[in-house]
Amino acid sequence: MTGIALLIPIALGLGLLGLFAFFWSLKSGQFDDLDGAGLRILIDDEEDAPRP
Amino acid sequence: MTLIKDQTDAGGLPEALFSVPGMHCAGCISKIERGLAATPGIDSARVNFTAKRVSISHDQGLTVPDLVAAIGRLGFEAQPVLDPTTLVTGEESKGLLKALAVAGFAAMNIMLLSVSVWSGAEGGTKDLFHWLSAMIALPTIAYSGQTFFRSAWAALRHGRTNMDVPISIGVILTGALSLFETAVHGPHAYFDGAVMLLFFLLGGRYLDSVMRDRAREGVAALLKHTAPGALVLGKDGRTSWVDAKDLTRGMTMILAAGERLAADGIILKGDSRFDLSLMTGESAPVTLGVDEMVHAGTLNIDAPVEVRITAAGADTAIADIARMMEQAGQSKSRYVRIADRAARLYAPAVHTLAALSFAGWMVAGAGWHESLLIAVAVLIITCPCALGLAVPAAQIVAAGALMKKGVLVKDGSALERLAEVNVALFDKTGTLTLGRPDPTNVDALGAEDAGIALALARASRHPLSQSLRRALEDKQTPAADVSALRELAGFGVEGLWQGHPVALGRPAAGAATAAMAVELTGAGAPVLLTFEDKLRPDAATVIAQLKAAGIPSAIISGDRAAAVAPVARMLGLTAQTGMHPQDKLTAIARHTAAGAKVLMVGDGLNDGPALAAGHASLAPASASDAGQNAADAVFMGDSLMPVMTCIRVARATQAIVRQNFILAIGYNAIAVPLAIAGLVTPLIAAAAMSGSSLIVVANALRLKGSAK
Repeated sequence: MTGIALLIPIALGLGLLGLFAFFWSLKSGQFDDLDGAGLRILIDDEEDAPRP
Repeated sequence: MTLIKDQTDAGGLPEALFSVPGMHCAGCISKIERGLAATPGIDSARVNFTAKRVSISHDQGLTVPDLVAAIGRLGFEAQPVLDPTTLVTGEESKGLLKALAVAGFAAMNIMLLSVSVWSGAEGGTKDLFHWLSAMIALPTIAYSGQTFFRSAWAALRHGRTNMDVPISIGVILTGALSLFETAVHGPHAYFDGAVMLLFFLLGGRYLDSVMRDRAREGVAALLKHTAPGALVLGKDGRTSWVDAKDLTRGMTMILAAGERLAADGIILKGDSRFDLSLMTGESAPVTLGVDEMVHAGTLNIDAPVEVRITAAGADTAIADIARMMEQAGQSKSRYVRIADRAARLYAPAVHTLAALSFAGWMVAGAGWHESLLIAVAVLIITCPCALGLAVPAAQIVAAGALMKKGVLVKDGSALERLAEVNVALFDKTGTLTLGRPDPTNVDALGAEDAGIALALARASRHPLSQSLRRALEDKQTPAADVSALRELAGFGVEGLWQGHPVALGRPAAGAATAAMAVELTGAGAPVLLTFEDKLRPDAATVIAQLKAAGIPSAIISGDRAAAVAPVARMLGLTAQTGMHPQDKLTAIARHTAAGAKVLMVGDGLNDGPALAAGHASLAPASASDAGQNAADAVFMGDSLMPVMTCIRVARATQAIVRQNFILAIGYNAIAVPLAIAGLVTPLIAAAAMSGSSLIVVANALRLKGSAK
């Protein structure tokens, strides 16, 4: 029983953590431009930075 | 180095939003963002690729045309988004997504607990698990169920009933009864069923809302076509920029070549050619001079003119068309979607069934507790999870398949309406034809003349020059060395080639036999170059296939009979010509009165009201904003084939939707008797509900390849 008493809150807590992470990402606009986000990694931002 | 400054940095600076449909890759994003950030006065620019929009935060000093020009210099066509309300689209979907996430989270956790109960947890453990389920389920019902409760309450208050009423009653009763069961250590709690029900229902609602969000742009965007303002000549001879909404009768606007009018007016000074395609649908520019009427939204091609405003804002001809479109669109908004038609029959049936089983068991001698439990089981089982998913799931998959083929469907009801059409009416210019002039006799040019023509054509932004330049460049013609290039307003371009004067311009009087032609005075004798608006490839095939599918076609065009006749002959169609927007509306009304469901395919502003009035409507992506806005779907590319693809996919979708309904009803036919007999345990309810929902979604996924 003690095992369950410990495990259930942990399981619920982890789930809640995921839920809040999802809410946060929704609020911070990470779902606003789904196609653009995928393309932006292709932009070479450091063109004018000195090469190592 | 970050390109985009933090939002707080830009605080206080005005933001402007532009729609830039031309971007299509990562290079475009970086080009626009970097290029704009490097422009003086612009603080930062941020591209939203999904919405094809750029938001620019800039200094007070920059005006909207400045910003459009700045984007233009980067090689992109931009249109200001005037209506800020378009920004809030998607709020409803977002709220539903949150509710769906909460319900999903709760359903998974409760299901874990329920599985242990089903597999034989006893006594204290079972009670503990039931209480835990209650703790998760009750807040979830309160949060995620709001959509349904609110809509059900709104319906009940007006003395009506809708799908949400049985859902709300079912979920609330189930929650309350399960709480009671838990408190008295009863054997069954239906928390899992109630929350899973919410999850599946919200899934359906979310998909539905995503489908509807696409269409939310509205007729307001039509007025994007008029310029956002104009340069006004003041009494003291000074000019100032005045926003369109502040323009009034009697003001004098100065209109540069290449600008659109912001208001209706009469030309005071200068003459120029105007692109009236917006109003008439005719692609050849028309020469207008002093004392002639010009309309808001038309494009001035050649030379600067001064225009005295006779009507501005809501009084312009274009605003008139917007009103006509709005009225015509109302019949469309009265269309009852298939899911709603089903709901009208469904809700009362469910209520009656549940009430009857409650009464039946009471009469049969069961206690109120047991009778209520059975009635609740009936409500849960009949709840329209699969029914709620049946339509949006199929439509989302079909819309996705069409999207890959370059067809943008605006909402789900469009697919339903497209499947029903049985008459097709086509506009000519820009719809059956490409809507742009293509030179017909470039090959007649000698090598020298071709080079000269290219050099001259490159110096002008006139549509005919541009098209000639494209045609010559496609043939890899090297440009000749022409000096002293000069563009003469209303005539054309002239220059010097090896000391000879050369020119590309309006044909000498008498020579102008064709509607669109230019005369090239080059190395040898003058050559007349003619242009024509070519038919879209596949046009004939599509018309034939439509006919085979039971959809006869006809042409309704605002163009002259002489211009329409060759196209009509080539496609073997009957045509009505010289039609004003109102005439097109009448033509559609006549078909509708005869019981036909009209598919309108058109592109121009003059087709706007007809597109809005048609039972379903399509517009090419090259269409005016008005056309794109009023149409149910927009297709890209030169081919006309997407029209046929749309019809085919819409019909396939409708077939799948019907199958889904049969599946959902078949499931009810099996499960409801069990529920009424009192045999449904939480385990059976959960299995039946998720099973039927998954089958419906899987069936909808079959549409994935339907657009091939």
